[in-house]
Amino acid sequence: MAEFILRRILQAMLVLFVMTVLVFFGIHVIGNPVDLFASSECTKACLDEIMVNLGLDRPVWQQYLIFLGNLAEGDLGRSFTHGVPAMSLIWERFPATLELAVAALVLALVIGLPLGFYAGLRPDSWISKAIMGLSMIGFSVPIFWIGLIMILTFSVKLGWLPAIGRGDLVTVFGVRVSFLTLDGLRHLAMPAFTLSLLMMSMVIRLTRAGLREVMTSDYIRFARANGVPEYRVLGWHAMKNLLIPIVTVLGMEFGGVIAFAVVTESIFSWPGVGKMLIDAISVLDRPLIVAYLIFVVTMFVLLNLVIDILYSLLDPRVRLGAGAA
Amino acid sequence: MAPVLSVRGLTTVFGSGTQELRALDGVDLTVHAGEIVALVGESGSGKSLTGFSINGLLPGVARVTGGSIRLGEVDLRTLSAREMRQVRGSRVGMIFQDPMMTLNPVLRVETQMRDALRAHSTLSRQEVRTRLIAALAEVGIAAPEQRLRAWPHELSGGMRQRVAIATALLHSPELIIADEPTTALDVTIQGQILALAQRLCRERGTALVWITHDLAVVAGIADRVSVMYAGRVVEEGPVDAVLDTPAHPYTRGLIDSVAASQPKGARLPMIPGRMPLLSDLPQGCAFAARCPRRSPLCETTRPEPHPTGAGQTVRCHHPLTEPAGAVA
Repeated sequence: MAEFILRRILQAMLVLFVMTVLVFFGIHVIGNPVDLFASSECTKACLDEIMVNLGLDRPVWQQYLIFLGNLAEGDLGRSFTHGVPAMSLIWERFPATLELAVAALVLALVIGLPLGFYAGLRPDSWISKAIMGLSMIGFSVPIFWIGLIMILTFSVKLGWLPAIGRGDLVTVFGVRVSFLTLDGLRHLAMPAFTLSLLMMSMVIRLTRAGLREVMTSDYIRFARANGVPEYRVLGWHAMKNLLIPIVTVLGMEFGGVIAFAVVTESIFSWPGVGKMLIDAISVLDRPLIVAYLIFVVTMFVLLNLVIDILYSLLDPRVRLGAGAA
Repeated sequence: MAPVLSVRGLTTVFGSGTQELRALDGVDLTVHAGEIVALVGESGSGKSLTGFSINGLLPGVARVTGGSIRLGEVDLRTLSAREMRQVRGSRVGMIFQDPMMTLNPVLRVETQMRDALRAHSTLSRQEVRTRLIAALAEVGIAAPEQRLRAWPHELSGGMRQRVAIATALLHSPELIIADEPTTALDVTIQGQILALAQRLCRERGTALVWITHDLAVVAGIADRVSVMYAGRVVEEGPVDAVLDTPAHPYTRGLIDSVAASQPKGARLPMIPGRMPLLSDLPQGCAFAARCPRRSPLCETTRPEPHPTGAGQTVRCHHPLTEPAGAVA
């Protein structure tokens, strides 16, 4: 187990290194950030002064080495535009994104699993066919369109739900969250549902396909032949087998949902990290972009580790060990 | 003494309407307490389907449309799904073909056995453990406490089949249906499992239906044998009579196809052709096209079962127990 985790960490560091090189030099090629955010009255001398202040006057490879040196000390640099440490900006906004992503995940499971179960148990009923049709739509229709249609319907036409922002916040363990107030929940509903659609569709399809396969297996017949009650056969004997592919796929998907909640956050003006990234890219705020990507890569690596551990709990044939990585 | 299981005229079909295929057609089967009845036949003859028809675990596309299945005093066909679940495990146990597939790969042996035990009884945690350990010890599993905590993949095939047998026997059912339980095992393990099943049934007076295609197994374990062909029982009788003096030409063919029954170096006889498809059953005897003794009668009229005098019942117009001259 320890060796497995160590190997994972080494792999992650390699990925981080390659990513920073690509992003660092990539942004350098795109343009000079100072041209983008300096005021138009700024003279040549003033521009040069900003350049020196930010360290942009040195050759790019020197800038990169300085960056690596700081990184080794845990310093990811200050945002060009905000002038504060990049990580503090990310931490400030990350809870909003995490809340949105977790809400989306919960919705996907709470709605997706029962629908998938129903469709798997009664594949020929018209309700099942409707469920499968909807899941197909969930896969194919672009998220921004769904988000806009929902705002149009529930905010503009019906006036039931607010279209933007997080609503009333409550501080729990030093983190400000929406989901504990009614107003916050009303704000959370639409963005969370929009963000969950893709995961939900996936859960429905995986559950249905998995259930249909599992139900014909000998071990389900064996459980039934022993008179095990149906709720136990479905809810535990079949369920545990079903969860293996679902956990795998959702785990990978969840990282993506957090990292690329950009679209949903933009539509609903949700003050999360996705919105921040878009703003950072538009002014080539390199430290913030790099810091965010390092953060995302680290999160992916941690998520994958969690999935692997969950996986080994669900499937006893998988043991994390020397040969497992 | 009244039989434990008495199946009369069992008819099971696949599909419905014009697509309906008769997979079982008028199957009779009688098993007494402590008796082992072998159900033999080729793949697709309907022997496994007979087993699943009895305990009500047919796949979704199949259903029983005719006949009666009496277990003791109850006709299982009249029971609701809920009552049928009460019967399964407590009065009818089942052992499956492939022990690699029978146990749920993601649940511990203990969880699976405990669920089976709790399905028909309310016991405390400690009582459950004691019962399960005793059950595993009875089927010859060493260190049952440790095995209880094991995952299925940690056990060998023979060991898993023992676990399956122990689970099926938890509630001492009156009837056990064993669907080719030794086919997937090594020959040496096969022998052990056969001996185990035989001993347990004799000791407890359990009626056992042993589904197999292996005549050597039949000779070794069974009291009576029913030979199935294309969804019908073509010959039934005491195992010695059927194997020594088969009445149906199909039974003869099966026995002759066993390599050990032939002189060394001799060419192994085989039954020509193959079993007709369910969708394409002939009007007369289903075996007629492959039968060396067929007559025009066989192609037009379906033979009904009749006794041979040697204790067997046979569905054949020209059984082997009659002189060959009788063949027109």
